[in-house]
Amino acid sequence: MTPEPAKATGENLLRELAPQVLGAVVRRFGDFSAAEDAVQEALLAAAMQWPREGVPANPRGWLIHVAARRMTDHLRAELARRRREAVAVTEMADEQIVSSPDEAAPERDDTLILLFMCCHPALTRPSAIALTLRAVGGLTTAEIANAFLVPEATMAQRISRAKKSIKTSGVPFRMPLQAERAERLGAVLHVLYLIFNEGYVSSIGPDLQRSDLANEAIRLTRAVHHRLPEDGEVAGLLALMLLTDARRKARTGPDGELIPLTTQDRTLWDREAIAEGVALLKETLSKGSVGAYQLQAAIAAVHDEAARAEDTDWAQILALYGLLERMSDNPMVKLNRAVAVAMVHGPAEGLKLLETVDADPRLAGHYRLDAVRGHLYEMAGDREAAIACYRKAAARTASAPERDYLTAQAARLGAECR
Amino acid sequence: MKYMLMMTAPRTMWTEYFSWPVEDLKAQVAFMHRFNDELKASGELVSTHGLSGPEETRVVRAGKNGAPEVTDGPFPETKEFLAGFWIIDCESKERAYAIAARASTAPGKGGVPSNMPIEVREVLSKAPVDL
Repeated sequence: MTPEPAKATGENLLRELAPQVLGAVVRRFGDFSAAEDAVQEALLAAAMQWPREGVPANPRGWLIHVAARRMTDHLRAELARRRREAVAVTEMADEQIVSSPDEAAPERDDTLILLFMCCHPALTRPSAIALTLRAVGGLTTAEIANAFLVPEATMAQRISRAKKSIKTSGVPFRMPLQAERAERLGAVLHVLYLIFNEGYVSSIGPDLQRSDLANEAIRLTRAVHHRLPEDGEVAGLLALMLLTDARRKARTGPDGELIPLTTQDRTLWDREAIAEGVALLKETLSKGSVGAYQLQAAIAAVHDEAARAEDTDWAQILALYGLLERMSDNPMVKLNRAVAVAMVHGPAEGLKLLETVDADPRLAGHYRLDAVRGHLYEMAGDREAAIACYRKAAARTASAPERDYLTAQAARLGAECR
Repeated sequence: MKYMLMMTAPRTMWTEYFSWPVEDLKAQVAFMHRFNDELKASGELVSTHGLSGPEETRVVRAGKNGAPEVTDGPFPETKEFLAGFWIIDCESKERAYAIAARASTAPGKGGVPSNMPIEVREVLSKAPVDL
């Protein structure tokens, strides 16, 4: 394993060390839940002390030392509380307990092991997301609560329940067995994808706190890619995030209004992120096995590589959606393919494909179906039908900017009709 | 996903409420406490509040130069009033319905479940992804 790039300073450094420190403490003391609390306290102590007193020569060892001390205090308190003989622990010198801070030990795969634990299928998705951000991402409960717009007490409760689920499900602190490795990695990638979405979806205007979630998801996915460089889907997900996030500045206007891909100012796109995403994708696609994240990244790359919207290679996008549809039984994919079909073969063909989606109960009444249909009717020149669809979609979406966008589409067509 | 659960009640409820037997009132208060504690413990409660009655309700409109024009309530044409609400953050629509159903079992007069209507509205979120 190659060492991670030494770009980390200050808060970054703390966040990168967090999972390594937690791994070391869990190994020594076993109790994941208490160890996680102890590491949070150590991170807080570092955040207070290091700016004042300077970063210690061995920051990782320092954090492990402080967290181990907290663990010892915790164990002593526990023993006292249970009115057991506390002699065994209290008589142990502090040095004995915290003396071998595992400094020379290789970093092993603690970050990965922790991710597998925090994203265990036994946890609900919101729990897995919260625990991953805290235990692996090193974020505080307040920061996570702020990102999800819920009170801190609610997020604290969610995290504590997640820890309890881990305890009762008896997940051991080690890599999952080979037989279930692929499935468990899939769960990890899905949680990282959801964190990215949460941040990307809400990265509007001055709401920087939440767009940090997208950065955090990219950072964590980068860490997984660093440890599993040969895994195509990990690389694919990282590429997808980079290629999507590259458009962040262009996708909303000054008042937070949604700007669709076709009318975005492409000079605002982050060329560096696009170049990195494309390079990652090329490398992983050359290795053979292709997965759903790689295909989605490939579609994002085709969009990103078009200098103008009209230069978009829709035939290639259509082919990629075809592959994706065969791989994942997701009606949303078919919806997107309908748009590509319309761009290549005309709106009538796209509308025909939508009829086959109508029967899918998973999409029944979904605003996206009406939004796409409205778009295709507009392409076909049927303004009345398009307006009706846009209005229906606007009434059904649970997203404020999307509602405003769809309402504006209907109003614009209505004005053209008059 | 965040949802607002709205508990509505007929205007007459606010006056009837005061004629309930003490143990029925106590049972309802205890139920609401327990219910809120459950939502806190499950990490799903964003906020909850009960509202004062229709007699204290005022309607405000901007008058001349934006000055507040206050009208007294209650309003004869309105039958149902918002009595209180919860904002919850849960995994699915189904879960929101389950929580709303639980709220609806709050005991009414005589200690039997009131089965009062709970209006469930999804809170609009920020923009979706254009993946």
